[in-house]
Amino acid sequence: MDNSVGEIRDVIFETMRSLLRHPVELTDQTNIANDLGLDSVAVMDFVMEIEDKLNVSVPLDRIAEVQTLGDLVETLHNVLSNA
Amino acid sequence: MALLDKFSLMAAQYAEAEAAATNPFSVVLDQVLSPTEAVINGHRTLLLGTNNYLGLTYDPDVIAKSAEAVQKFGTGTTGSRIANGSYDGHQRLEQSLAEFYGRRHAMVFSTGYQANLGIISTVAGKNDHLLLDADCHASIYDGARLGQGQVTRFRHNSPEDLSQRLRRLADVPGDKIIVVEGIYSMLGDSAPLREFAAVKREWGAYLIVDEAHSLGVLGDAGRGLAEAAGVEADVDFIVGTFSKSLGGVGGYCVSDMEGFDVLRVACRPYMFTASPPPGNVAGTLEALRQLRARPVLRRQLNDRGRQLYAGLEGLGFSLGPEPSPVVSVILPEPQAAIEFWKRLLDAGLYTNVSLPPATPKSLSLLRSSVSAAHTAAQIDYALGLFAEIGRAMDFIPAEPKAGRRTAAHR
Ligand SMILES: Cc1ncc(COP(=O)(O)O)c(C=O)c1O
Repeated sequence: MDNSVGEIRDVIFETMRSLLRHPVELTDQTNIANDLGLDSVAVMDFVMEIEDKLNVSVPLDRIAEVQTLGDLVETLHNVLSNA
Repeated sequence: MALLDKFSLMAAQYAEAEAAATNPFSVVLDQVLSPTEAVINGHRTLLLGTNNYLGLTYDPDVIAKSAEAVQKFGTGTTGSRIANGSYDGHQRLEQSLAEFYGRRHAMVFSTGYQANLGIISTVAGKNDHLLLDADCHASIYDGARLGQGQVTRFRHNSPEDLSQRLRRLADVPGDKIIVVEGIYSMLGDSAPLREFAAVKREWGAYLIVDEAHSLGVLGDAGRGLAEAAGVEADVDFIVGTFSKSLGGVGGYCVSDMEGFDVLRVACRPYMFTASPPPGNVAGTLEALRQLRARPVLRRQLNDRGRQLYAGLEGLGFSLGPEPSPVVSVILPEPQAAIEFWKRLLDAGLYTNVSLPPATPKSLSLLRSSVSAAHTAAQIDYALGLFAEIGRAMDFIPAEPKAGRRTAAHR
């Protein structure tokens, strides 16, 4: 699979939309904890869904650095490029 | 911005709990009458949330041994074993644990939390990989953060997901270390350990099992899930605690690993904290002796666990996946759990509230744990209160399902 930033973003946004019970506008600047209300465990569970779809494992210290959806896109892009 | 503003979400949740007049996170047991009863808010209360699995906290011999050691060796050790020396009791407890597990080495820690913190942070070095079950206890995640290894989380109780993640790491250098638990503290479910052991062998990884809630609960000899699943030879390190089935405080690790003793001078949560006090060590030694000599306690405990599980299931509550001494009712949201908990407490029954992020899948739980010291009548009494208040709060149907009352009773 070609893991361009755009495709990774699509997967992340789509997964987050199906997770949230009500429609919310998502951008790279959306803060996962403050804007979407996910706690630390919910963030890790969310990343697990993405990991399955992109067939990759993201180390926990990298997840801990993520604050916005844009951070997550970048982290996954980096992990996939170095895989 | 104030220093503690970063906790604003948590503070809101705490305030909500506080508003419930009695806060589930700051209960005071004014007086403890036995392993199953206490005085709370001036009322005699049935305890159904203590993790006191074998009910040994008031055993006369455990108390006598503990008191005798306090008389002989004093109240505290006032230092760490590395800097200030080991006591005879530390060594005897380690020998006793090693012998119980049939392993060459045992190491005692000041708490179970520190045992996980110490072992996990130390055995995984900079280029190694820890693979943690998604539902592992906070002490395991904290140990992983304290150490320098890379941490990967795999789906709860999924040997397939673990295998998939080990496959992704196959060409990456470094040792792979898997951590799972015997019985998970929140929902009372057990790991499919035989399958995990097979994955471990396939990928040449190491395996650590935390038997905190399964020591004295599972296995013919009470050694835990590894014994019950028949895979003790595949488990490289067993970690556990004295604070549940043994009624003390402290933690341990047993292993056959070559060169194990170097951990005593490499493991910071072992070296830089005071060693467990003599009275506690002596009480734990006696409790361990009783765990081994009185298998009837294990039978009683598991009977009570099944009784509570079957009773609550019959009433129509949504529960964890399998019966065990930990039985959790799954509720729709935190406020429901707090309110249910409060009403049960007012009626004379003490349970625990467990809320996200401490729970798996953001569940709000009303958690109970049974003891070998509970009588069948006490569990029936608790079930009566669950039925009455559960119906009043519309968590379960008004009419009991046919036959529920006889479900697991003798
Ligand atoms: C799975 C697990 N491991 C470790 C611990 C820590 O044990 P302790 O309370 O003895 O520090 C606990 C409970 O607190 C636990 O549930």
